[in-house]
Amino acid sequence: MKSSWWKILTIVLLAYTIIAGLLLDVPRLPILNETIRALYFHVTMWFGMIIMLVVAVIYSIKFLRTNDLRNDDIAIEFTNAAILFGVLGIVTGMLWAKFTWGDYWSGDPKQNASAIGLLMYFAYLILRNSLTDVHQRARIGAVYNIFAFAAFIPLIFVLPRLTDSLHPGNGGNPGFNAYDMDSNLRQVFYPAVIAWTLLGTWLSVVRVKLKRAERKIEDRLINQL
Amino acid sequence: MFQQIHTLILKELTLEWRQKYALNGILLYVVSAVFITYLSVGAKQGNIGVPTWNALYWIIILFSAVNAVAKSFVQEHQGRQLYYYMVASPEAIIVSKIIYNSILTLVLALLGYLVFSIILGNPVQDQGLFLLNLILGSLGFSACLTMVSGIASKASNNATLMAILSFPVIIPILLMTIRVSKNAIDGLDWSVSVDKVITLLAINAIISATAYILFPYLWRS
Repeated sequence: MKSSWWKILTIVLLAYTIIAGLLLDVPRLPILNETIRALYFHVTMWFGMIIMLVVAVIYSIKFLRTNDLRNDDIAIEFTNAAILFGVLGIVTGMLWAKFTWGDYWSGDPKQNASAIGLLMYFAYLILRNSLTDVHQRARIGAVYNIFAFAAFIPLIFVLPRLTDSLHPGNGGNPGFNAYDMDSNLRQVFYPAVIAWTLLGTWLSVVRVKLKRAERKIEDRLINQL
Repeated sequence: MFQQIHTLILKELTLEWRQKYALNGILLYVVSAVFITYLSVGAKQGNIGVPTWNALYWIIILFSAVNAVAKSFVQEHQGRQLYYYMVASPEAIIVSKIIYNSILTLVLALLGYLVFSIILGNPVQDQGLFLLNLILGSLGFSACLTMVSGIASKASNNATLMAILSFPVIIPILLMTIRVSKNAIDGLDWSVSVDKVITLLAINAIISATAYILFPYLWRS
């Protein structure tokens, strides 16, 4: 029970995010109107995704330094969870864009960049599955994960800022802080970031445990024969 | 270290010169690709818009570079790789490969530029900036593609892998080069492009540094 306090926290925060996110008062802004509530879901999922990708890269580096497969388990499962949140984030973003920009896909630089980022991580999964040896898979996967992350950062954070984007905060659009300063929004925004990140961690931890259990059973089978 | 890099680059050049068919093949690839594009868009000289010219040019360079660099690790024998492993440090190998591939990509880009100018017209107004951009683009392409080719050579089915692994990673470089080259074609003042050139340099530096740090781990496996 002691070690599961954060799981309870996850459920409480998620429930809070959904209830408060849909029911609390939000500032009335032109064009955005009620769609500002997407901030609690779309933006926070992307925050969660980036935190999880950073964790995955840290464990990839750890794997390369120690050659311990347990680090690799964590890296791949956090990347998987991050991909899930990336897909959810892009879908919620598209829904939001339909109601504010008028189209599901309007060729916005950030939208394009995030789609490319997802392609990068799908390629990572294919690369891993095309290698059969466990150690080689872990090592080459770790190398590509770090390499892709190094390209992902300028893609997401630098390039969209050089051109006009429809996203808030770019190209003369109202910035994040312009409405984030509203304390009502903050009340839900930060708990939501924590909630999604914790949910992703939970998913990854369960899958890591499953993977380790599978490996143990496999080892036992091989040693008996 | 510098001695090793120097020797390895000379070795690459000699090898390429001895197997001329590979080099000629990739040069012919560029020429045929340009000609196919020319026939497909049905454009006469000067008939094609500047953005289209620019995009077609860079896409052809991208595909030729992928094909040219793909062979740097994939086509080498296991035995020969083992030999390099014993005589040279991995850092020297990656640096020499990146430099050699940059030269190769630059040659391809210049050839592509020449053929493009002859059959599709040459709208470029600022040659200096265009060439600088070509050099920086070739460096970035080759750093990225050399590393990815090293990764793909470890797996089977590496032609597909090479493409899917390298395209998303190369897009930041490609986008920047396309923008700078658009400015060069329009003959805009250098001050407009300076920040983009610097960003391109920074992305190149990040990619090359990551490749330099990560390659030893790849090489050892």
